[in-house]
Amino acid sequence: MAETIIKLENIVKKFYIGKPNELEILHKISLEVKKGEFVSIVGPSGSGKSTLMNLIGILDRPTEGTYVLDGIDVSKAADKELSAIRNKKIGFVFQTYNLISRTNALKNVELPMLYAGIGKSERVKKAKELLELVEMGDRAKHLPEELSGGQKQRVAIARAMANDPAILLADEPTGALDSKTGRLVMDLFHKLNKEKGITIVLITHSNELASETGRIITIRDGNILSESKGGKA
Amino acid sequence: MVMLWENIKLAFTSLLANKMRALLTMLGIIIGIASVIAIMTVGDSLINYISEEMNSMGANNIMVSIQPRTDEDNMFSTMMGGAMMMDPISDQDKITPEMLEKLAEQYKDEIKAITVVDENGSGQITKGTDYANVYVAGINIGYFVSTDVEFVAGGVFSERDLEEGRPVAIVSSIVVENLFGGDNEKALGSTIEVDTNGKFAEYTIVGVYDYVVQNMADMMQARKDISTNMYIPYRASINQTHNDNFTNFYVVANNGVDSDILAKQIDRFFEGYYRNNEDYQVGAFNMQTMVEMVGSMVGMVTTAISIVAGIALLVGGIGVMNIMLVSITERTREIGTRKALGATNGSIRIQFIVEAMIICLIGGIIGLILGILGGQFAANLLGYPAVPSISGIVTSLIFSMIIGVFFGYYPANKAAKMNPIDALRYE
Repeated sequence: MAETIIKLENIVKKFYIGKPNELEILHKISLEVKKGEFVSIVGPSGSGKSTLMNLIGILDRPTEGTYVLDGIDVSKAADKELSAIRNKKIGFVFQTYNLISRTNALKNVELPMLYAGIGKSERVKKAKELLELVEMGDRAKHLPEELSGGQKQRVAIARAMANDPAILLADEPTGALDSKTGRLVMDLFHKLNKEKGITIVLITHSNELASETGRIITIRDGNILSESKGGKA
Repeated sequence: MVMLWENIKLAFTSLLANKMRALLTMLGIIIGIASVIAIMTVGDSLINYISEEMNSMGANNIMVSIQPRTDEDNMFSTMMGGAMMMDPISDQDKITPEMLEKLAEQYKDEIKAITVVDENGSGQITKGTDYANVYVAGINIGYFVSTDVEFVAGGVFSERDLEEGRPVAIVSSIVVENLFGGDNEKALGSTIEVDTNGKFAEYTIVGVYDYVVQNMADMMQARKDISTNMYIPYRASINQTHNDNFTNFYVVANNGVDSDILAKQIDRFFEGYYRNNEDYQVGAFNMQTMVEMVGSMVGMVTTAISIVAGIALLVGGIGVMNIMLVSITERTREIGTRKALGATNGSIRIQFIVEAMIICLIGGIIGLILGILGGQFAANLLGYPAVPSISGIVTSLIFSMIIGVFFGYYPANKAAKMNPIDALRYE
């Protein structure tokens, strides 16, 4: 039995607490993700999937409930610890890539390692390996503006993996790409999942993409509507 | 620390990405620092020049001059006495040679020499088509005791030259250059004709002193047009000018004599002569005290102007803060991304503080260079050698970094406290 990486228990998220317009976005959500899984979270906009993603990515804290990430009870961690946990345990992949525009691909991949306090030579070595892995080794010195959308996203994926995180958290990673390059990015995720055994949580509104993953979690109106096996078994 | 070095490099990349903006932002700092440094350089140079000038007359020298009787017995009127006196002092109010003789007699143990100078006037020496401009001054033997003059040929006047007021002269190396092709030996013993305001007089050269061109006024004209001092015996000079009495003179104190006390003794000595004079009195002041006084006066003025220049620096600092706020807004997503990648609030804060500091420091260095050049130019224009103010340089560099930290802190803190979710979604 694979170990549990993400364990959400009775997570409630409210906004505008104590105000007349208090809003409960997530209603007692419980969710588990095992190591090596490729899970997709789907749902229409307004369903609460972005809020859920922010909680999984510990960019935000739940109002109620507990969240244990790779054995650490994140819901009780102090603000300062959260930065370090994000840095080491989570690899973000954004829809808009969010590369630092003034620095080249290599520097972008180095960035999480820099925040982790890793020395220069080790950073460069690891960053180069990761760029090779995403087949961007020959573009290490290119600035983001010199790369196509698909290339940018591959650099972003390399960056997300810099500190060997417990999970890759991808938010609509193909949303800004055409279907062909989107396909390449999805293939890369499958490759990383299969060959490297990386746990991936994919947030998308596309059922088509979700169907490729091992497990589909559908969110609607702040509740988990259903869980089903994806196409990839 | 790895982070700090990375932050410095990062700051440079982001400044280079926006060169024009960075330059304009720096401009405020550049102007502020440049003006502070320029003013301090001019001030320091002025103090330095005055003290050197006065020290070259000897720090132990005492300046004695006639001054109008005013309510305030201050040194300033003494110093300016000669130059700024409105009414010419009548001959009977002046100091007589007899008084000087008595003074020398009474304090012969304390006084090493008494220097008197008779301003004969400015003139021109001509020799065929060649000419040299000079200021002619009648001097006594004490002059070379109190003033540093380096002879390159010949020497000082003999006792008989002075006593008899012989027509002999000591000229500068410039004069020799212009009239004798720089041949000092040929110049010695030669007779020159000097035209001072239509009065012609002939002198035999007995000494040549080295003249070093150092002020801007000299540098800006042809070497042959530079006016230099030409010294003739005091008696030879007053034979022409008939300035038998003096308005001022210098006293060189013997080694080991407290010139402050001597100055008071001289004051008291002359009080005997001037007790009943309603208009004038004689004041004696120690050079050292005068140097200090002038120094503190110039220092006060410099400080006052520097404060005004400091305000320019403050405005520059506000400019830096403003542009940092703009930059942070523009880079909201970057900040969000960095936070998602594990940047702590502290590391975001440091990043932007370092950036503001680098702007200020580069601006400070550019301003420093411009300030030194400007100060040097101004000092030379005013005619004295420039001395870059070391304390000014150090303070302004430290100050510009402090400005960077101070005005960078608020924007940096704002960036650090951004909510990563909002920052990531920022369009």
